Amino acid sequence: MNTTGIFPISAVVFVLAALPFGPLSNTMLNFLSFAMIITLAAQGWNILAGLGGQFSFGHAAFFGTGAYAMAVLQMRFGINPWLAFPIAMIAAGAVGFAIGFLSFRARLRGSYFALVTLAFAEVFRILANTWNFTGGAAGVLVPLKSDPTQMQFGDKRWFFWLALACVTGALFVTHALVRSRLGAHLVAVRENEDAARALGVDALAVKLQAITLSASITGAAGCLYVQKFLYLDANLAYGTWISVEALLAPIVGGLGTVLGPLVGTLVLLGLGETSKTVFAKITGGAVPGIDLVVLGVLLIGCVAIAPRGIMGLVRRRAKA
Amino acid sequence: MSAALLQVRAVTKRFGGLVAVDDASLDVAAGSITGLIGPNGAGKTTLFAVIAGFEAPSAGRVALLGDDITDTPAHVRAQAGIARTFQIVQPFAGLSVLENIRVGAYLRHRHRAAATASAVAVARAVGLDQMLEKPASTLTVAGRKRLELARALATEPKLLLLDEVLAGLNPSEIRDMIPVIRKVRDDGVSILIVEHVMQAVMQLCDVVYVLAQGRMIAHGAPGVVARDTAVIEAYLGHGAAARMQSQQSIAASVPHA
Repeated sequence: MNTTGIFPISAVVFVLAALPFGPLSNTMLNFLSFAMIITLAAQGWNILAGLGGQFSFGHAAFFGTGAYAMAVLQMRFGINPWLAFPIAMIAAGAVGFAIGFLSFRARLRGSYFALVTLAFAEVFRILANTWNFTGGAAGVLVPLKSDPTQMQFGDKRWFFWLALACVTGALFVTHALVRSRLGAHLVAVRENEDAARALGVDALAVKLQAITLSASITGAAGCLYVQKFLYLDANLAYGTWISVEALLAPIVGGLGTVLGPLVGTLVLLGLGETSKTVFAKITGGAVPGIDLVVLGVLLIGCVAIAPRGIMGLVRRRAKA
Repeated sequence: MSAALLQVRAVTKRFGGLVAVDDASLDVAAGSITGLIGPNGAGKTTLFAVIAGFEAPSAGRVALLGDDITDTPAHVRAQAGIARTFQIVQPFAGLSVLENIRVGAYLRHRHRAAATASAVAVARAVGLDQMLEKPASTLTVAGRKRLELARALATEPKLLLLDEVLAGLNPSEIRDMIPVIRKVRDDGVSILIVEHVMQAVMQLCDVVYVLAQGRMIAHGAPGVVARDTAVIEAYLGHGAAARMQSQQSIAASVPHA
């Protein structure tokens, strides 16, 4: 597998970081910030599924744990968000480790693993919805304090840059992982677990490390979500929507590639928004769900024409 | 006589009511090539899986250098120095040849540069150095067998378990492969080889064990084992040895025209 070099990663990050200096509307900035949150969640998923071949359908469990930890630590314990952020990531990682331990030790693979992760996410959703500690069905409201020390910014560009910094961090973590021993072991387990074990790879340990790292990165996306929208309930945190977003982007962008989740998210969300606007103009009114139709067509097209995603197409072009 | 590198003692493996391996024992002496032969379904691959840690035996012990490893998981045995190939090749199909071998090399080399250098050296030794960047899925059968061998060698084992690495190869490919295996032994790796290609077994092995219906029926030097009555009958059926002998004596008694 080719590895994306440092140069293309840095180039993409610089272009994104420069965007807010141009004439960017508020809507556009909000869109980009949201896209960075989804990208981060997708980057987490990509480590476990893209590199490790363990297809989770329940990354909402990690996203939601990160988000709830971030909100609850601030609201119930008065902890500063900058400190709550890493604690929430650790909490999400711990949930990842626990779910991984239970399912990988039982040797769950493929669709069984996907179903179990989905079930865990649903259990968390129901618990968060009923438990008073997490605000129950009413959710948690984080009060607005436009103060950088509270990780809230009067200038929206700063939030975008913060989210981009997180995405950049995850890009470099993935880049380093792909080139590391753990990364090689992870890919070996994905390709053929028996052969990997014969070569001295501790498959359980490798998968546990992967799911822990994956969960904490997706948990970080949950933290950013809380700081952006300042509100959280069980369906936002643990709903299937985020599990789906987190897996669609890397599949469209390029499974197991460093830039795949970022490219996939920008294309998917961009296309979704554009199709909504375009169809609204054509028909003279909003067409509910039309963006989902477009995404569905895109996904089918992707599986049929570019099974290795957009990054796979780019690479094939570069070679030809 | 020095203690054997690998000792298998009275190993039995049952799958439900089927006894695949029945009270089998064998030794692999350090520096030797030991053969394990037997008719199809004799339990050779099962015994291999027990030695490599992929199946737990129902009874019996396995020891490496005198240390009992019967309950040790497969990946720990690899660290201890046992490497295996698979009868049905198991390449990491999505990866290149180099990446495949490097997974093995990472066992002894933590860092990418060292693992890569080691993998390239192994590839050269088995004759894969021209195809390092090729995807493993594009290799021929002979190439995949070499890759299987290279990956196992990259773990720098003390004991190499080869499960039919010559099966499916044509005669010229077999001729090319035999010196490669002999070179591995000359470099200090002891080998236990399961093989159906008798030409190779006769040429390579110092000692041969014969497994039939799960039981070890004979062992000794290849030339001796090949004339063993029990072995001939296991392969050719009851009474075959007597028939062969009478035919040979008839042939000997008929003067050449």
